[in-house]
Amino acid sequence: MIEIKHISKSFNDRQVLDNVSGTFKKGQTSLVIGASGTGKSVLLKCMLDLVRPEKGATLYDGRDFYIGEEEDKKNIRREMGVLFQGGALFDSQTVHNNVQFPLDMLTEMPEAEKRDRVEFCLQRVGLEGTGNRMPSEISGGMKKRVGIARAIVMNPKYLFCDEPNSGLDPLTSIKIDELIKEITEEYKTTTVIITHDMNSVLSIGDYIMFLYKGKKLWEGNSQTILDTTIPELEEFVFSNKALTKMRAEKRK
Amino acid sequence: MFSIVGRYLIFLGKLFTRRETFKVYWNRFLDECLNIGISSIFIVAIVAVFIGAVTCVQTRANLVSPLIPVYIVSNIVRDMTLLELSSTFMCVVLAGKVGSNIAGELGTMKITEQIDALEVMGINSASYLVLPKLLASIFTFPLLAILSGFLGIMGGYLAGTLTGIITPEDYIYGIRYSFIPFNVFIAIIKAFVFGFLISTISAFKGYYTSGGALEVGQASTAAVTNSCIAVLIADYLLAELLT
Repeated sequence: MIEIKHISKSFNDRQVLDNVSGTFKKGQTSLVIGASGTGKSVLLKCMLDLVRPEKGATLYDGRDFYIGEEEDKKNIRREMGVLFQGGALFDSQTVHNNVQFPLDMLTEMPEAEKRDRVEFCLQRVGLEGTGNRMPSEISGGMKKRVGIARAIVMNPKYLFCDEPNSGLDPLTSIKIDELIKEITEEYKTTTVIITHDMNSVLSIGDYIMFLYKGKKLWEGNSQTILDTTIPELEEFVFSNKALTKMRAEKRK
Repeated sequence: MFSIVGRYLIFLGKLFTRRETFKVYWNRFLDECLNIGISSIFIVAIVAVFIGAVTCVQTRANLVSPLIPVYIVSNIVRDMTLLELSSTFMCVVLAGKVGSNIAGELGTMKITEQIDALEVMGINSASYLVLPKLLASIFTFPLLAILSGFLGIMGGYLAGTLTGIITPEDYIYGIRYSFIPFNVFIAIIKAFVFGFLISTISAFKGYYTSGGALEVGQASTAAVTNSCIAVLIADYLLAELLT
């Protein structure tokens, strides 16, 4: 479980996050949604301690990530897997080596065991046989899959995905969403996804947090989001005409 | 200005904290020696040979007095090559090749979140990425300076003897005449210092890139110009200190 408590962050007097709190539970896919520029990615960076908030705390199963010894922090980091927006694959390394990288750096595993683990993870994301290719030789969707394989290679307790659907066609987006959902349920990870994709919200959102101008305006799930009466959330959700129609039918 | 220097010093400090295992650095050090040192041999060789040749031809053309013995030409080629051309001039060329490469690579890694990916894994990205580049630079630059000095003198020999402006005997006599071995040491010291400056300044510029492709290009340009300025200032200070 991940708890964020009263997170506030500003850049050059511009308040980007204002007192944001929430709880992301184990085995659930939790989504942080909101329009562009509402502070979703900054919230993720605060949770990962890539950006240190001015106020607040992030607790990983009760362990405060911002205070304590460097070794404790390193241990928490080893329990994390992160899928970055563009995949963040290392350009100079093959797909196989990209996935193996965390094992090389953070474990003492024998080479054969590492190879098996990497093959398993690539197979899990449907990329068996692509290990020798370079990141420049694979598509955007495949890069995301490799990113997911790298994120799960260490058997993480906490999985973070920053806009996993961005730049992908609808079919690939659905597949990526399904894959993340499956991995969350299979490995009982605490999964946090930053997105503004309504298809993801409706299909995999066990818990949804809506951010608006740096503040948490609403929280709920994919069932309750269509019944919202909060104008800002309505504007965000029902910018899609199909959803407006769906709500009208539901109300009928 | 002071804040930039302060950030640069903090960045240098970051390279030596939370380090990874020796094996990790050793493998990356060997890779960087190839990237920085071995891949620069060709450009260094071309530049050194031609600079030596031009120095020989120009010196001979300007020494018109019959009172000056002809072996002075190779004497001047030797001292110019060892004291300035093989270290300073060669490092200015390397600032363009190696500096822009380092800044471009790190800048691209920064904007594509590869550096964030390393940090999230608990790896000190500055130390992991930059320290091997720094060590490879301070190791290979002096070797390149030695190669450059040798090839510069050879370039002068070829240009002088093939065009007939100096005999091989005079050239050899000139490069042996009043030779000060300490000058070779000066060239090595200079290359060591310039290697440190070029690699760290370029890495600093690349590591703190933010934005997109345009900013990566700007970081590369800034890395080359700042490295060249630093090399020239350090060259003056070392000249004052060592001669």
